[in-house]
Amino acid sequence: MLEQHDRKEQPVSRRSFLKNSGLVLGGLVVGGVAGSLLGKQQAPQQPGETPAPTADFNQALMYFSPEQFKVVDAACERIYPEDELGPGAKALGAAYFIDHQLAGEWGFNARDYMQGPFYPGEVTQGYQGRLKRREIFDIGIQEMNNYSNSLHNARFYELTPEQQDTVLKAFETDEVKLTTISASAFFAMLRATTLEGVYADPLYGGNKNMDGWRMKKFPGNQMAYTQIIEQDEFAKMEPLSLRDHQHG
Amino acid sequence: MARKLPKVDVVVVGVGWGGGIIASELTKQGLNVVGLERGKERKTEDYFMVHDELRYALRYEMMQDLSKETITFRSKTNVRALPMRSYGSFLLGTGLGGSGVHWNGQTFRFLPYDFEIRSKTIERYGEKKIPDGMTIQDWGITYDELEPYFDRFEQMAGIAGEENPLGGKRSKPYPVPPMKTTPALRMFGEATKKLKLNPFMMPSANLSEAYTNPDGVSRAACQYCGFCERFGCEYGAKADPVVTVIPIAKKSGKFEIRTHSHVRRILHSGNKATGVMYTDVTTGEEIEQPADIVVLTSYVFNNSRLLLLSKLGRPYDPNTGKGVIGKNYAYQVIRGGAVGFFDDREFNVFAGAGALGMSIDDFNGDNFDHSDLNFIHGANIAISQTGQRPIANNKVPAGTPSWGKEFKAASIKYYTRVLSVGAQGASMPFRHHFLDLDPTYKDVFGDPLIRITYDFEEQDRQLAQYCADKCGEIIKAMGATDKIEINRKLGPYDITPYQSTHNTGGVIMGASTETSAVNHYLQMWDAENVFVVGASAFAHNSGYNPTGTMGALSYRAAEGILKYSKSGGGLLV
Repeated sequence: MLEQHDRKEQPVSRRSFLKNSGLVLGGLVVGGVAGSLLGKQQAPQQPGETPAPTADFNQALMYFSPEQFKVVDAACERIYPEDELGPGAKALGAAYFIDHQLAGEWGFNARDYMQGPFYPGEVTQGYQGRLKRREIFDIGIQEMNNYSNSLHNARFYELTPEQQDTVLKAFETDEVKLTTISASAFFAMLRATTLEGVYADPLYGGNKNMDGWRMKKFPGNQMAYTQIIEQDEFAKMEPLSLRDHQHG
Repeated sequence: MARKLPKVDVVVVGVGWGGGIIASELTKQGLNVVGLERGKERKTEDYFMVHDELRYALRYEMMQDLSKETITFRSKTNVRALPMRSYGSFLLGTGLGGSGVHWNGQTFRFLPYDFEIRSKTIERYGEKKIPDGMTIQDWGITYDELEPYFDRFEQMAGIAGEENPLGGKRSKPYPVPPMKTTPALRMFGEATKKLKLNPFMMPSANLSEAYTNPDGVSRAACQYCGFCERFGCEYGAKADPVVTVIPIAKKSGKFEIRTHSHVRRILHSGNKATGVMYTDVTTGEEIEQPADIVVLTSYVFNNSRLLLLSKLGRPYDPNTGKGVIGKNYAYQVIRGGAVGFFDDREFNVFAGAGALGMSIDDFNGDNFDHSDLNFIHGANIAISQTGQRPIANNKVPAGTPSWGKEFKAASIKYYTRVLSVGAQGASMPFRHHFLDLDPTYKDVFGDPLIRITYDFEEQDRQLAQYCADKCGEIIKAMGATDKIEINRKLGPYDITPYQSTHNTGGVIMGASTETSAVNHYLQMWDAENVFVVGASAFAHNSGYNPTGTMGALSYRAAEGILKYSKSGGGLLV
């Protein structure tokens, strides 16, 4: 299944590549290496068989560079790690969620008041910077690597989990001094978006397979709770997503 | 030059609860009304995908676009006001139905004490009880005078409830019975009774059963789906203007709604308005709509702002205390509360409704003796089960890290085991809390933004502390473990964390032209054919959600407008 999807998406299919390179003669496949490259036709699915998992087309980058993604993916996992309760942020796709959010209106602060003049304000007056969220992430990620390098001579995602925690802690407490952004404000944003990526509807690319909800016993998008609202017992329910509503 | 349209009887600025009620009442009596709404059309079908915490609750799908217009804020006059660049403390509505679409539906009546707060405070404690600078004043109307209008709002909206043992007298019971109870509510009920307090079910605009209102509008019962505040109701079970008053106004054939129409000025000549000027935001065209009567129903901030931009009425001056537009801005003291952790029990916290709750008024208004206390008024104390959603609800016991393995385990464990009892503190006005036009920051049209000058006072800190302790006693009596958190400390007012969208004042009502902007029909003293409707009329804010009282005043104003229209002019008495 995966194989076939991949092939369709490629601008030049393997078959046409092979054709052009003259390895396919008269429609017959020459044996050996070339034959195996073409792959075998998949047998049609038999009734009762479990369908093969489909590709998650959502797991590609809209904004981050691969390097940035690795840093964020590793950081999210430390904020919300995999444990005996279930998957962590990495398996739930939180970093993809953040990437997709930064690519859109939220990343551009499209619905925020971004007109000048800009003055530093009191804490109680809220964010007064001119940088957009995507720019704050660019800087924050770079600084996480810089700080990791200064401590351990390695990039953030190459550190041990304990070392990564030390770096995150240094950002959280403003022990890292940055000039363009506030390290703690960046950390707060990273933490908040990690939780969003873990618990938002899977439609946004995180909370994969609703496993974030399942761990927390949140039943997702249910149309009614009239049947349980009064009862004393806790109601355990299989979650439903917005996709279930759309296609239900 | 603005394009000039034919004159109409009444033009309403903003079509939310205020605009909807005014339009339905006036069109019933044959007046032609045009409603200018800056946002878009809304209908129940829009909420097919509404159970989306990220989009609606955290990305503010239904709120005003701050890139086009916001407010500026400073704590006091010697601080530079800066724009609220993204949402925090309160959320501004827009679009048909306004904030009335995405409210919770908690529909209280202010107390008899509220409407005569100054007289009653002096009567019981003497004038010294009112600290220097606190500008409380009577509202120019009593609870008894307003009672019939409370009832009309409740009958129209289908409020579910039971009698508040410490509330004002009611002429009629609530139109539908209270909502269902949950284990958490029952625990609150038992605990407060044990403490000799007087619990009652929260009055709710989420229908407890199918209901047909006096206008003939039928709506279905609430399903307790847990998506109310910040969301629209896909069932129409939550009373909102789009499913109640607006269809009635439309059915009359006398109400024309123009969406995407942003009113920027009230036009006036002498002591009368002649109409309004608005921009069609889809084309950028400026249009003049003449009218015999102008009604502002565009929330606290825009009601004051439009008057100031139009140079109508006397702007408030905090140095002299003179002038009225922008005066007595007040808010809400939300901080006093207590959180209980229940190790041995799980609750269906994901289920609920915006106004599903139980509360007490034993420490609200002047229902308790303030002789030995350094504050006046108080708070409605309540437990509510509005539906806890997973991104925003990650409460962990004090001392737990805020991220990492321990956080994950605790936030998951306690998601279903945390209950909180909260106090909705009243907010008293002070001479130096006010609204005016910002000298620096502009909206998308180049018009000045409204500026808030506001901070919490000692009155608020004392009130929060007192109420937090009461909340703590209740949560203990409910059987919470030793991990109880009592939030006693109220810091400075901070515009970043969400508190409540219960902003009040700016165009306050009263008995005297000297100290108030509108009379008891919400008619402007300085412009007899302008009515300013909303919580902008509140002379202070009580310890409740404002919509019930705001709705009652809207019905009262509608009656005033009809009287004015029939009498052919003059100030109403």
